[in-house]
Amino acid sequence: MIERVCVIGAGTIGSLLAAHLATVCEVSVLTRREEHAAMLREQGLRVSGKHELTASLHATADAAELGDFDVGIFACKALDLESSAARLAGRAPAATMMTVQNGLGAEDVVARHGQWPIISAVTFMSGIRHSDAHVEYELDTATWMGPWAQTKTPYSSVAELAELIISSGLEAEPMPDLLPAQWSKLIFNSAINTVAAMTMLPHVALFAKEDEFGDLGRLVHGLIDEGVAVAGAAGVTLHDDPWQMNVLAVARGETANSDYAHRPSMLEDVLTQRPTEVEFITGALVREAGRLGVPAPLSTAMYRLVRAREASWQLGSPSEAVLS
Amino acid sequence: MTRVCVVGCGAVGSLFAAHLGTLDDVEVWAYDVVADHVAAINESGLRLTGRADVLAKVNARTQASEIPPCEFGIVATKSMYTADAIAAAAPIFADGAVCSVQNGVGNEELIAEHVPRVMRGTTFPAGRVTAPGVVQMDTAGDTWIGPFEDRPASMEEVERLADAMTRGGMPTKALADARGAQWTKLIFNAASNPLGALTALTQGRLCEFAPTRALISGIVAEGVAVAAALGITLDSDPEALVDHSAEVAYDHRASMLQDALAHRRTEIEALNGGIVRFGSENGIPTPLNEAVLALILGMERAWTSQPEGEH
Repeated sequence: MIERVCVIGAGTIGSLLAAHLATVCEVSVLTRREEHAAMLREQGLRVSGKHELTASLHATADAAELGDFDVGIFACKALDLESSAARLAGRAPAATMMTVQNGLGAEDVVARHGQWPIISAVTFMSGIRHSDAHVEYELDTATWMGPWAQTKTPYSSVAELAELIISSGLEAEPMPDLLPAQWSKLIFNSAINTVAAMTMLPHVALFAKEDEFGDLGRLVHGLIDEGVAVAGAAGVTLHDDPWQMNVLAVARGETANSDYAHRPSMLEDVLTQRPTEVEFITGALVREAGRLGVPAPLSTAMYRLVRAREASWQLGSPSEAVLS
Repeated sequence: MTRVCVVGCGAVGSLFAAHLGTLDDVEVWAYDVVADHVAAINESGLRLTGRADVLAKVNARTQASEIPPCEFGIVATKSMYTADAIAAAAPIFADGAVCSVQNGVGNEELIAEHVPRVMRGTTFPAGRVTAPGVVQMDTAGDTWIGPFEDRPASMEEVERLADAMTRGGMPTKALADARGAQWTKLIFNAASNPLGALTALTQGRLCEFAPTRALISGIVAEGVAVAAALGITLDSDPEALVDHSAEVAYDHRASMLQDALAHRRTEIEALNGGIVRFGSENGIPTPLNEAVLALILGMERAWTSQPEGEH
């Protein structure tokens, strides 16, 4: 019986999970900044958009103040996972932990800091963070969850948490093996995020156009084909065809309109000159390709370009003007 | 008196027009659509500053129909304007030989649709228009010209034009086969220019940052393979040009990066687009050049399709 959930990291995904779950169980939120926690304690956490609610919940920036909990959800960015997991070391020894980070390797990072059983997850929901205490629920797509094989997490734990998430109003789908879904999203994410970050385009219909030389869809398709080959070499049968995921995403009403197209997170990062998750997404894919001996020249090129764009911020190049 | 008309009298066109304008035996005309630049040239002459100090008499017009027949043409527009410019200027060269000194490949083919004899050209000098009628020469260097294979100018014409350019102060070599020079510069530009625009790194940093240096080599290798399939002997190793550029132009922002900063259309179609097209016609795969082409075209789309100020 899950009675207490701790959400680690209250960005867009963490805020959506925490606010909804707080309507069905006790939720505590671990933030990085104390003023963020203070605002959540005072104002509660507001959700607008697809759902309208304001949740009251516990919030702290000090892990020592967290009480015991049954489930911990790491909802921070992949770049912050190592430090977040370290803050939880030695706490809630009976808890089950879930990771929802983009890319590969999040479970390994958490496992280095505790003996907790781990649930792997990928999430397709999205939102817009308006303030520390207000998040807009944008795409009400599901979070897919499965037991991480290395910790022999029982499937029943996954099913129970999925049921709790569904009862809170969000979409979730438990699966006995998450790898096929995780890889589908990895391949999709790697192509869409890097192309969006380099072109500055949100995820618009051009990403699926492949009629002529230079059409962006040809590059996206090439990137996806490389990822599919890597997954095949890794012995993973994909849950969804990532190219079809791309075609469907740009065909959906809200993203086909370029005035209201979804901006992939790596594009948001580049626009604000924050470090991107390229190491965990495309970097992870390129390293797997190398390990398995599968050629991935296009993914490698995109990985190098995003790394170079990140480097330009440190070097004081005029990138801000390129983005304006 | 030899009559020469420069088509597209921007930075590069002005370098040729002004230098030729210093010669007693050459009458220089210029066709350009920028009215205040044309007016200033007619009023005060065409002035070069920077690496050159020249004031030359040039007859400039915004209407091609006001320009008399010329023996030679020099096309120096940005490559995306070649087709429109030569279509308008074609009557000037009804019996003339026209030389492209533009970036990339594919320009000569477009010019050959409108004039009887064509030359293939490659030039390194560069500059920028600093005021109407005034161009600052930033880079000096050589120019190579030769007959365009499909619709060739005679070697005698190539040599006469090269001689005039050289005497005017733009050192030019007349070659029977000018493809090697053109493809060497093309491959160098296609490998470094768009990466500057995509990453915002200067030339030196692009070359010393290992991930981008490796990507440059990948793009160069595809271009070299296409050139080989076309039977072209490059006149130098593009990899060596890349290393050299990192030394002599460390802080240089590639022209395509400058285009990106100003949200101007780039010449990507004539650079990587040309390598992709010729590669496809000759069965040579060019996935990295096509990736770069798609990314730059996507970036251009992002400037035009999104509301101002959204970002």
